[in-house]
Amino acid sequence: MATPGAAIGIRARGVRRVFPGAVTALDGVDLDVAPGELVAVLGPSGCGKSTLLRLLAGLDRPDGGTLELEGAAEPGALACVFQDAHLLPWRSVVANVALPLELARVARPERLRRARAAVEEVGLADAALRYPAELSGGMRMRVSLARAVVTRPRLLLLDEPFAALDEITRQRLDDQLRALHADRAMTVVFVTHSIAEAAYLADRALVLSSRPARVVVEHTLDLPRERTSRLRAEARFARELGVLMQGLERSGA
Amino acid sequence: MTKKILPPLVALVVLLALWEVLVRALAVPAFLLPPPSAIAAAFGSDAGLGRALLTTAGAALVGFGLAATLGVLAAIALASSRWVERALYPYTVFLQTVPIVAIAPLLVIWFGPGLRAVAVAALIVAVFPVIANTLAGLRSVDPALRDLFRLYGASRFRTLYKLELPAALPQLVTGLRVASGLAVIGTIVGEFVAGFSDDAGLGIVILSAYRQLKTDVLFAAVVLAALLGLALFAAVDLAGHRLLRRWHPSEKGAP
Repeated sequence: MATPGAAIGIRARGVRRVFPGAVTALDGVDLDVAPGELVAVLGPSGCGKSTLLRLLAGLDRPDGGTLELEGAAEPGALACVFQDAHLLPWRSVVANVALPLELARVARPERLRRARAAVEEVGLADAALRYPAELSGGMRMRVSLARAVVTRPRLLLLDEPFAALDEITRQRLDDQLRALHADRAMTVVFVTHSIAEAAYLADRALVLSSRPARVVVEHTLDLPRERTSRLRAEARFARELGVLMQGLERSGA
Repeated sequence: MTKKILPPLVALVVLLALWEVLVRALAVPAFLLPPPSAIAAAFGSDAGLGRALLTTAGAALVGFGLAATLGVLAAIALASSRWVERALYPYTVFLQTVPIVAIAPLLVIWFGPGLRAVAVAALIVAVFPVIANTLAGLRSVDPALRDLFRLYGASRFRTLYKLELPAALPQLVTGLRVASGLAVIGTIVGEFVAGFSDDAGLGIVILSAYRQLKTDVLFAAVVLAALLGLALFAAVDLAGHRLLRRWHPSEKGAP
């Protein structure tokens, strides 16, 4: 039994998802994520990574197998960041970040205070009153990240969140995500097709096969907890990239 | 600003001058085509144009308000389920195709002559674009945002007024822009059949000017009706701009 406020663990056995038209997206997915872990899910495009994430978020139901999230599932315990920022364009940055609290009926002064703190945490304090149309792609993504963590979620799911951004912005956001994870009791599962991002961000990486997806490789990264951009140039980082690359190749991508 | 206003203004002055000169030079009878100077004089005559304008404006505003309110409510109802939409949407198209002149007598029987019947005529003409545009807006909400609201356990009602209605606002404003012009047209046509002669709107003035061959008054009334439509359109446009300027690309760089 997980204690309230603790990170959420995941246990999936033989998860299957078939879409109308007999398209099998997932078949026999086994997955264990320990509370507080930061796990990357790697796989070729279109292999069913997003489907898996939607199942974990409870936005979709599996057709077979079991999927358990340890810990209570009250709204706000779980948060998602999608491929694009998906902000409400008619709301300012801080009002966008406050949205999850507003939907949870948190009182206005309290939710504004927490939203401002989250906006500050992702380094956007100066842009708090601006509107999404007035922000760059990287800033919008940071707003999206702030909105996801504002409820203090115990499980954060990210679906190729930084894929559309340039390399520099992406690396900065990777660092920010690791910092957010280090600061709180939160399990993070993120989907990516970038081997470098998986290696840099995660404690552990799972490689999915092409459709129908299964977990074919599980690899704990042999890298220090503290990660800086210097790490990307080191030999051990390159070695880990090689391991993941081989895994992807074996997955039939 | 002068760059935008000057060219149409010059064109108007040239056109009016040409009109005046030609009508006088060719000695066109005034009942066929009065010169602009005669039309201008008609504004000052005792034809009751000022009161008529107020009456018509009141009916058009009521009709437009009804069209906006009922149109949005109808769109929300239609958007509530695919089944409801399939069952009812074809009939809303009737509103657009029914000839208003043909059913205006019915409106008189139901609502009595005067403001009520006229406003309902305006409503019938103006409501369809509000329904169609708002419905399209409600239908085109980003699915990822729907997921987000679902994830945080938002109720149907809160999803409607915190997500769907604001997201549909640009299309709603488009629908209202179209409806503003149509409401004035519907009012004039409604007045032809259902107008009160002791509280005559522009439609009644146009009819009586026509019967008496006072073509100058007829022209003046038409000009006022057109200006009324323009004013309503401009008001809706301004309100839409105010609401959307910070976030919608259609308003970027607009005045």
